[in-house]
Amino acid sequence: MTSPRDAGDGGSHSAAPVTPPVADELSLTPEQLAVEWDEDKPAAAGPLANVASAVVGVIVGVAGIIGSIGLGLGTPEEPQPGMWPFIVSLILVLLSGSLALFGRGIADTEKFSHNSWAVLGGTLTLVALVILVPVIGFEIPSLLLTFVWLRFLGKETWKMSTLLSVVVVAAFYGVFVLLLGVPLPHLF
Amino acid sequence: MDFLSPILDGFAVVVQPENLLYCLIGVIIGMLIGVLPGLGPAATIAILLPLTYGVEPVTAIIMLAGIFYGAQYGGTVTSVLLRLPGEASSVVTVFDGYALARQGKAGTALGIAAIGSFIGGTVSILGLTLLAPIVAGFALDFGPPEYTALALLGILLVATVSNGDKLKSLISATIGLLLATVGRDLFTGGERFTFGSLSLADGLDFVPIAMGVFGLGEILYNLEQRHKAVAAPARVANVWPSRPDLKQASGAIGRGSVIGFFLGILPGGGAVLSSLVAYAVEKRRAKHPERFGRGAVEGVAAPETANNAAATSSFIPLLTLGIPANATMAIMFGALLIQGVTPGPQLVDEHPDIFWGVINSMYIGNILLVIMSIPLVGIFVKILRIRPGILAPITVLITLLGVYTINNSVFDMMLVIFFGVVGYLMKKFGYEAGPLVLAYVLGSLLEGSLRQSLRIFGGDATGFVTRPISGMLLLVFVVVALLPAIKKLWKLRRNGPGPGVPGVPESEDKLTASEVRKTVDHL
Repeated sequence: MTSPRDAGDGGSHSAAPVTPPVADELSLTPEQLAVEWDEDKPAAAGPLANVASAVVGVIVGVAGIIGSIGLGLGTPEEPQPGMWPFIVSLILVLLSGSLALFGRGIADTEKFSHNSWAVLGGTLTLVALVILVPVIGFEIPSLLLTFVWLRFLGKETWKMSTLLSVVVVAAFYGVFVLLLGVPLPHLF
Repeated sequence: MDFLSPILDGFAVVVQPENLLYCLIGVIIGMLIGVLPGLGPAATIAILLPLTYGVEPVTAIIMLAGIFYGAQYGGTVTSVLLRLPGEASSVVTVFDGYALARQGKAGTALGIAAIGSFIGGTVSILGLTLLAPIVAGFALDFGPPEYTALALLGILLVATVSNGDKLKSLISATIGLLLATVGRDLFTGGERFTFGSLSLADGLDFVPIAMGVFGLGEILYNLEQRHKAVAAPARVANVWPSRPDLKQASGAIGRGSVIGFFLGILPGGGAVLSSLVAYAVEKRRAKHPERFGRGAVEGVAAPETANNAAATSSFIPLLTLGIPANATMAIMFGALLIQGVTPGPQLVDEHPDIFWGVINSMYIGNILLVIMSIPLVGIFVKILRIRPGILAPITVLITLLGVYTINNSVFDMMLVIFFGVVGYLMKKFGYEAGPLVLAYVLGSLLEGSLRQSLRIFGGDATGFVTRPISGMLLLVFVVVALLPAIKKLWKLRRNGPGPGVPGVPESEDKLTASEVRKTVDHL
């Protein structure tokens, strides 16, 4: 059984990693393999991403410092609730600050691509599931979520997605409700 | 022979049918996720945490431990057959394992790996059996200052030895510590960072954080990746290695066991690092190092032995000191806390059934693995054909519905989503999730023992340095913290700043552990 996804996907985007000709040789040295893996790696997002994440760290740290002072610091011998979070927040600000100053060149960030929209879409379906489950039970939201993930995020066929999502939800119903008797809100 | 009786009682615990069954389930799940690229053992254990609520503590930990060391076995299969490491700890196995497979010796590679794993695991369990009670006995004298130093050292080591950038890992750990302060202050009863929310008054639960950052974060990250179509795997025949092959591998297996055992104990060491070091050691020792990467049996035997030995020995700090040595152990720690068991030096006396039950279950688990792994190779190859897009919605439903069943709480589900997004963004921006979770787990212990110590010392922090054990540990802390700077100075003195292209090894004999480790990052 060949999947239409595998067949159709190869040409649709240029970044599709095609097995390089090197693989036809009997063996690859670790070095060649390391280089090859490096080529597969998503593009680094550049210095701005490092600085941006450092800024988030600084903001969290400063917020922590302000909150801690509000809780009261006390003395080392008789610390108030704010002392420890104050110390931790201060360290966070120092570390994030030095990342912003010295860590621009770190190349382990990844660029967001058009595939990243799938993550946003997926997350929204999760939020929808959590909102709907207490209201109408888990069956219909789970069915919809599975279908959307299979059809649109996983690029399965309509038929496959419909069939699989029904099977998956039935299996969950069987395990959670019938077998384990978990108090999960359910419609049926 | 008094000291033997708790060990034997431990075996009585293991052979209870329920425990045997969960051990079997654990190692099978472990092998499966080891085979499937994408979800690692930490993520899987996090996702399955809700399952452990309904069973006895021993049973739960036996299953979770089975997942962990089972994954080390499973990761080998895809490394050898497809040149795709299922787990980060099997990355170096790719070099010689795949080369052997191309020569029609895939069976030999898998067989050697299975035998090496079994020996490494067993050696490590023996070491664990002997060493763990001694360490626990030693640690019974530890007071709050020693625990402060130990927790600090543990967090620092995990942050600095892990794969990612050290500064970013430390930031990640600090955020974990900060998250741990949410909720009621244990000493004064004052509320911290709860923003008046009733759900936050008792602090953030460990489970939604672990499930979010590790589990959902990884699932979301995988959504974005375009997976390569799986190529037809090499044929597997005659799994039993020949006598000359075994003889050639025996030294590597022996050294791999020892390297794995000791690196596994070290915080931040664990399976990944030990497999890299074991490979590097074999290559350096070899008379003909050029054989490596072209199908040297030792190149498969050493890392596979070492990663299993390390997976086992990393339980020592957890079970004896209550300090998790890596991210997976941090989740184990959380799982034990959920069960009302606090790991630490008193564990061996207070809960001998758990202590010895878990250790002894590993003997059984390893035997199960060596029996099953070779005949199951065919099934694993079939499993690889399942497209990741089909597994994603299933794992996501298990995660979200699973976390709901713990407290019947919609808030927990929202927390998982929140921390899932946090975990995804951390991965995108190059931050390791391990230090965050580990620091979160150790946060309250660290704060509690720090404040108790300061009270003992009357507010004088020099007390930490003057006590011998805490002073020693803090000295190690300082050395580890300053090590990168010292190394840099040393290098500058010796040969000036080197050219060095990051990530690309310059020549064959320079391929060291740290260079391979860089390639691990994006798997």
